[in-house]
Amino acid sequence: MTTDVKRPRSMTSAADTTFKNIIISLASLVLVAVFLYGVVLIAGGFPAFAREGFGFIFGLDWNPGTEKFQALPFIAGSFLTGFGALIIAVPLSVAAALFIVEYAPKWLAVPVGYMIEMLAAIPSVVYGLWGIFVLIPAVRSFQSWLVGVTGLDWTPTGIGLMSAILVLAVMVIPYVCAIARDVIQLVPNDQREAAYALGATKWEVIRYGILPYARAGILGGVILGLGRAIGETLAVTMVIGNASEIAKNLFSSTATMSSLIASQFGEAGGVQLNALIALGFLLLVFSVIVNLIARVVITKLTPVGTRL
Amino acid sequence: MSNPFQVQVAERTASTAAIRLEAKDVSIFYGDKEAVKKVGVSFRSNTVNALIGPSGCGKTTFLRAINRMHDLTPGARVTGQLMLDGINLYGSDVDPVDVRRRIGMVFQKPNPFPTMSIYDNVAAGLKLAGETNKSKLDGVVEKSLRGAALWEEVKDRLKAPGASLSGGQQQRLCIARALSVDPEILLMDEPTSALDPQSTARIEDLMESLKEQVTIVIVTHNMQQASRVSDTTSFFLLGDLIEHSPTAQMFTNPKDQRTEAYISGKFG
Ligand SMILES: Nc1ncnc2c1ncn2[C@@H]1O[C@H](COP(=O)(O)OP(=O)(O)OP(=O)(O)O)[C@@H](O)[C@H]1O
Ligand SMILES: [Mg+2]
Repeated sequence: MTTDVKRPRSMTSAADTTFKNIIISLASLVLVAVFLYGVVLIAGGFPAFAREGFGFIFGLDWNPGTEKFQALPFIAGSFLTGFGALIIAVPLSVAAALFIVEYAPKWLAVPVGYMIEMLAAIPSVVYGLWGIFVLIPAVRSFQSWLVGVTGLDWTPTGIGLMSAILVLAVMVIPYVCAIARDVIQLVPNDQREAAYALGATKWEVIRYGILPYARAGILGGVILGLGRAIGETLAVTMVIGNASEIAKNLFSSTATMSSLIASQFGEAGGVQLNALIALGFLLLVFSVIVNLIARVVITKLTPVGTRL
Repeated sequence: MSNPFQVQVAERTASTAAIRLEAKDVSIFYGDKEAVKKVGVSFRSNTVNALIGPSGCGKTTFLRAINRMHDLTPGARVTGQLMLDGINLYGSDVDPVDVRRRIGMVFQKPNPFPTMSIYDNVAAGLKLAGETNKSKLDGVVEKSLRGAALWEEVKDRLKAPGASLSGGQQQRLCIARALSVDPEILLMDEPTSALDPQSTARIEDLMESLKEQVTIVIVTHNMQQASRVSDTTSFFLLGDLIEHSPTAQMFTNPKDQRTEAYISGKFG
């Protein structure tokens, strides 16, 4: 052991201190940036808030022509499309994750897993195009069928809430599924064995041993999916119809907060611009709230003794 | 005729009790590797049977064949016959789910369901079997927890999470869970290796009383434990069953010199 170099103690700790300071400054930078977003959005949106008061959040009338800027239709649109997408995406994602981890042989599980991850990397404009060329015609023929059956007074367009929900569902599946798969893979094998040893069937093992253990993590994935769905702009704008009114039914044209900002920002000026910025601020607030709720729920659901 | 003395004598002279579990030419493979080689052994009703041997000799592998856990391991294969009351557990008309209901298992590391309460952990097996009657469940939960010598410690907090118990309590909870479905055989794979001496002593005492209801097969690395709790001992070496004898005889007068070398601590 003649090559053993003794490093002076002081040098190491000096390097440590420098490194620590750099890390702290970088981390603070993130905080400052988020704070600045908030400030800029509040400042930019303030005239709209001041003008409409609570009506900005609770009012239904958005009309640049008459200079009314009340955002409830779009808040509703964001939540309807977001939760609607989750209702479709979550069962499919969890089922797919269970299939990949618990049922599929390895030669199938690996490529299917890759494919799902790949879906997450496809740019949203491609999903939008797919929505226009595949989803909208499909929804339109469904609507026509519905009109034929019920005799409703509708013009089937295929454009609207339903198409937005479907396109978002497809976009959210890879996220929820990839996380659910990882979480299910992390369930210790002794949980499976505990259930099997009690005489559980495969499905009962999933029900008793796997899902309860994985539920907190899966929920984390679901929240991430919700965040993604509410934030998604381009693909939604391409299929939702961009009508400044609350959806009357599942197939009406409407808009979400994000899609409205995207579709009106270009030609907006004056108070309309302020209103769109204020809408951006609301979007920021909602995502913070969603994340906080997620944190609480996840901690509640995490099994005792496995908490990190 | 139910003289308690006679009952006791009947237990002591276990060698006259009926054969419950019998392995005939059992070999177990992982892929091409033969981890247990043509083992033949039988365990009598209401006895405690220890499996000992150096690490990697196939004790766990053999134990897990008894409740068909190898069905779940890709590449694992069992040949030969394992008979429970004369019925081959690997027969084509036997449902492995049924086998595992009749043959309970306690694992080396306590593995309660962490999101479930103490009560629900114990009730899980019964619920799986379709029992929904609350008072029946209550009764079985209490009986199983008493059977596992845990009732007094948890009766006031049955709704607390199973994972909030100490390691030794968790292991007894797992024993209660296994007992709840009223198994005929109880398999235990080093059930005390993760526990402190006090918890270990409690579980050893427990085995003595559980014998009245079940036949126990226990893997242990602890010679003292084997000699304290078991009626018979089987010594495995590199996948072979070297010797199967009444415990008293095995530890005083082993038939095989390899057994002697092992129990006197010359290897392993
Ligand atoms: N799932 C598996 N796949 C392949 N080989 C395995 C598997 N499980 C065990 N083995 C091998 O089978 C042999 C017996 O293992 P086993 O776990 O039965 O030993 P053991 O006697 O229980 O040892 P220990 O006292 O360390 O628990 C070992 O050589 C081990 O490496
Ligand atoms: Mg072992």
